[in-house]
Amino acid sequence: MARRFLIAVAMLFLAAMVGLPVAAIFYRAFAEGWGRYVAAILDPETLAAIRLTVVAALIVLPLNIVFGVASAWAIARYRFPGRRILLVLIEMPFAVSPIVAGLCFLLIYGAYGPVGALLEPLGVQLMFNLTGIVLVSLFVTSPFVMREILPVLMVTGEDEEKAALTLGANGWQIFRFVVLPNISWGLAYGTVLTMARAMGEFGAVSVVSGAIRGETMTLPLQIELLYNDYNATGAFAAATVLTGLALVTLALRGLLERFGPRRAHS
Amino acid sequence: MLRARSAPRSRSAPHILPGFSLSLGVSVLFLCLIVLLPVSGLLWNLGKLGPADYLQVMGSERVLTALRVTFTAAAAATAVNAVFGLLLAWVLTRYRFRGRGVMDALVDLPFALPTAVAGIALVALYDKSGWVGGVLDRMGLQVAYTWWGIVIAMIFTSIPFAVRAIQPAIEELDPAEDAAALTLGASPWQRFRLVALRPLLPAILTGTGLSFVRSLGEFGAVIFIAGNLPYKTEIASLLILIRLDEFDYPAAAAIAGTLLAVSLVLLAVINIAQTRLQSYLRVEG
Repeated sequence: MARRFLIAVAMLFLAAMVGLPVAAIFYRAFAEGWGRYVAAILDPETLAAIRLTVVAALIVLPLNIVFGVASAWAIARYRFPGRRILLVLIEMPFAVSPIVAGLCFLLIYGAYGPVGALLEPLGVQLMFNLTGIVLVSLFVTSPFVMREILPVLMVTGEDEEKAALTLGANGWQIFRFVVLPNISWGLAYGTVLTMARAMGEFGAVSVVSGAIRGETMTLPLQIELLYNDYNATGAFAAATVLTGLALVTLALRGLLERFGPRRAHS
Repeated sequence: MLRARSAPRSRSAPHILPGFSLSLGVSVLFLCLIVLLPVSGLLWNLGKLGPADYLQVMGSERVLTALRVTFTAAAAATAVNAVFGLLLAWVLTRYRFRGRGVMDALVDLPFALPTAVAGIALVALYDKSGWVGGVLDRMGLQVAYTWWGIVIAMIFTSIPFAVRAIQPAIEELDPAEDAAALTLGASPWQRFRLVALRPLLPAILTGTGLSFVRSLGEFGAVIFIAGNLPYKTEIASLLILIRLDEFDYPAAAAIAGTLLAVSLVLLAVINIAQTRLQSYLRVEG
């Protein structure tokens, strides 16, 4: 009895709090018919926003993979002063609210900030353009790859790597043939999370994007713009694109968990 | 939180494996440019402000109201998450039933869904033309564009934190203890309160703490449904953005610095309290 009751309550809660809102997006997007939906997606501004979102995420991804692998490797394999501080600092972006994160970047890399003021005479502007969007996206997604790889590196230990070293392998060979196969699942998982978050970030990007129509609007910002313009169908149509992306992320995650090695809870 | 304990032990012969300076160099360079420098920019601006100006910014009626709205809504959302997070974690860990896979995926959806999409989805559901909003409207209730809307948005974005933090702890519960309590004649409620709840407390604390911190900083999901009326339903994050648009950088930095400090202190407290509580329960139990 208790079992059935608890399951029913849990299901009702999730359906009402999470399922219904997501269903409502699709309902509203298609409320005026397929024609309006397709037209809304093919709107030049929305297409430009999709393009910008993808480009920014594709720049963020490789940089974060390099950082994530390097920092996880350094923390897992070496002892050095400040190692714990390094770990805390890497995880800090999780604790910083997106708007606060965006503001931090504006205050240092913006025209009135110390670094921004230094670069301005050279004609380099970092904020209110693609660079700014990439920088804040790097910040908000930076812990993901490291968090997925570090536990794997801790568990596998360094015996295989030392064996390879003894057999005469150089650093890159050890990385390519010993480390990379071990961390590949964690890396794949971290990549998926980074990609999804980079494409969906809203708060931090809205501070530094400059909000130029058709130029510096990422897809989440475009949704807000359309919504404030009373273009509900356009906003909900754009939202279905990002919702689809989220569902793909969840599906990939499920596949990685099913076919990959069992992940330890971190 | 990840813990970095089981690292190489041999201090006498460090760095046998190659790549130390490369990996550390890359990490530190990246951290400096992407994390340390921007955060210090905020601190630097706060420093320029001075205590009197800081108090003047933070003491204004509008800022105080925004902070009160943010904190009370986050607290309410966290309370709901504590109860339903525990329930969901329990059901997902202990029971096998049809639809469990779908439920498991639904729990993670708020993680994967961009916050702006979450916000617009809640509006679609709760404003007068929405499925739920329409029903509530006929009953004379309004959720969208009120404090309640903010609470719902915060519940949506932070429920996964509660569930995923509590789940591993439930997996580790010893079924034998529950069986023993049953044999000794404990009622279901006693078994839950005394046998299950106590060892779960550290995990519940972490989950609710994370969900509170996340709610404090939530922006995208909230602003769509909040109505954003100054002195009424304006959250602190939005006020930062408004001050920025007015080029009032010091005021923006003051509010942001306060939010950042509260989040970091809370995280530190959660971390310490969790460790303390765990060792306390181990000694007691």
